[in-house]
Amino acid sequence: MASHSESIIREPLITGKDITYAKITNDVLRPVENMPGKAWWIGFSVASLGASLWVFAISWTFWFGLGEWGLNKTVGWAWDITGFVWWVGIGHAGTLISAVLLLFRQNWRNSINRSAEAMTIFAVICAATYIAAHMGRPWMAVYSLPLPNQYGSLWVNWNSPLIWDVFAISTYFSVSLVFWYTGLLPDIATIRDRAQGIRRRIYSVLSFGWTGSVKTWQRFETVSLILAGVSTPLVLSVHTIVSMDFATSLEPGWHTTIFPPYFVAGAIFSGFAMVQTLLLIARKVLGLENYITMFHIESMNKIIMLTGSIVGVAYLTELFIAFYSQNEYEQYAFANRIAGPYWWAYWSMMTCNVITPQLFWFKKIRTNIPLSWVLSIVVNIGMWFERFVIIVTSLHRDFIPSSWAMFYPTWVDVSVFIGSIGVFFTMFLLFIRVLPSVAMAEVKLLLKSSSEQAKKKLMDEGHVVPAEAEFYIASLEKFDSVEQSEYLKA
Amino acid sequence: MSSTKYILGVFDDPDDMMHGIDKLQKNSVPIYDVYTPMPIHGIEAKLNIKDSRLGYAAFMFGCLGGTIMFSMVYYMLVHDWPINIGGKNFFAIPDFIPVTFEWTVLWTSFGMTFTFFFASHLFPGRAPRVMDLRATDDKFVIAINAKGSIPHDDITNLLKEAGATEVKHNDRKYVSYE
Repeated sequence: MASHSESIIREPLITGKDITYAKITNDVLRPVENMPGKAWWIGFSVASLGASLWVFAISWTFWFGLGEWGLNKTVGWAWDITGFVWWVGIGHAGTLISAVLLLFRQNWRNSINRSAEAMTIFAVICAATYIAAHMGRPWMAVYSLPLPNQYGSLWVNWNSPLIWDVFAISTYFSVSLVFWYTGLLPDIATIRDRAQGIRRRIYSVLSFGWTGSVKTWQRFETVSLILAGVSTPLVLSVHTIVSMDFATSLEPGWHTTIFPPYFVAGAIFSGFAMVQTLLLIARKVLGLENYITMFHIESMNKIIMLTGSIVGVAYLTELFIAFYSQNEYEQYAFANRIAGPYWWAYWSMMTCNVITPQLFWFKKIRTNIPLSWVLSIVVNIGMWFERFVIIVTSLHRDFIPSSWAMFYPTWVDVSVFIGSIGVFFTMFLLFIRVLPSVAMAEVKLLLKSSSEQAKKKLMDEGHVVPAEAEFYIASLEKFDSVEQSEYLKA
Repeated sequence: MSSTKYILGVFDDPDDMMHGIDKLQKNSVPIYDVYTPMPIHGIEAKLNIKDSRLGYAAFMFGCLGGTIMFSMVYYMLVHDWPINIGGKNFFAIPDFIPVTFEWTVLWTSFGMTFTFFFASHLFPGRAPRVMDLRATDDKFVIAINAKGSIPHDDITNLLKEAGATEVKHNDRKYVSYE
């Protein structure tokens, strides 16, 4: 039943007074149904400048070849694969929020899953551009597919993690897209039924004719649950396979069995940091403070702290195993990371990923919006350095000292990377302009059970144990969207 | 004979709507369908709607996808062009697992979702069969076919008693978009 009231000691997921179903629709659709404000235009202009830079740098790469990148014979893989793994990792939070938290019945996912899933899709698109770009001749991508050919047929090497990756990333992208779009159907229908003229026609096509009848909703819920069930192992498999691109090689520094769990934790870590970066801004600019509350922010910070600690343990384990293995090449690879010419990259990684996220143990910090935002950016920087450290510092000192080299990015490397961030933000800003950034149907589900007003009503009607009410009121203090004065005398 | 084709009970609150369903059923008024802006649990049971069988479809599609991928890799690596890698087995099953798994997931997801779209008649360009435009926003709508023998006023009263904020007697089944 919709009116099932939940335990008072749980923090509210929707705050504010006089929230109705209609108000949820109006609040969420405000950016879609009105012309965007100044903040959006500024953001969009900057992002599209970045995207143009990407188009230019990628065209340059394809025209003049990969020689325009800073790669050399020793470091044959650098910013391209760093950027690829970074973007794929960022994508993982969307699936984690929409699938894993659905399986665990974490209702706080309902107001952040839509934008996180969109972020997943855009991040995976950015990652995929790196795969095509690093081939130098992008049409060569066809050779990664098992198609009959005139060489025998000579098939692709199914024993190679690089081929597994082709299937993992393409499956991940397409399944995420299906999951996201199916979830969007009811909300697109909402826009359709409120729109007029050409907008109504466009959203009508996009809505697939959704009506919200009983049978459709029943099937919709089955589909969501099963998609969540298969996406959960999928997301773990994707980053496991990405890590195997390295772990199955014989390169000291890569050849470790800890890579799969360590990469998966790192992916969730960086993904949540990116969700935090985007949502802290979006909630303010789009006025969604009542739906993306301090509880959501704090929960995400807790996950960042946890996964950051897992990553920290993995770093230390790697060091210990290098020592314990008594393999001098392995030991040298790690000594070189810590104190070699790339020491600054290693220590940036350690600081940003292991040390600063520990600040989230302090409640004051995890409930502070500007600090959370800065720390989320720090985590993103740290996770970029992690991939750079793993890739470049393992490669640059080869087995033969005569081939030792350093990697220096050219302007093309830098522009492709900065440009990909522009591409990502361009897509995200277009998304919040044309589609609802919060899953309205799912948030409406929470209104009668988990909202502040429902809980206040319970308290006012005296259905609540006083001690529990006190606990609940104390937990409301951190919320910036709750009118604290209303609870003073209670 | 009135020209009313469908009677719509429009509710503001999902609990009132559930109450309305109970009331109508107690008075043997057949319900055509219910339209809601969000999934309301328990309606299916009241309306005697059978469980979705999409789970079986998902399972079958998953088995199919996994089998196709495994057989394809087997054909290519073991049968068509075995490659000697340090004398290891051609039929190296552990190496087959990642791609087999990916295709199991891929086929499960696409097979099930497209079965859902097919069964519910959802496709781009389908004209929405909407009875009340607010049912995707903030109203909970019970639709009753007016052809039955029960007097329309009785149905209206039942809906009103249950807490309907509005009862509509529609001459057309669907809201026209033109």
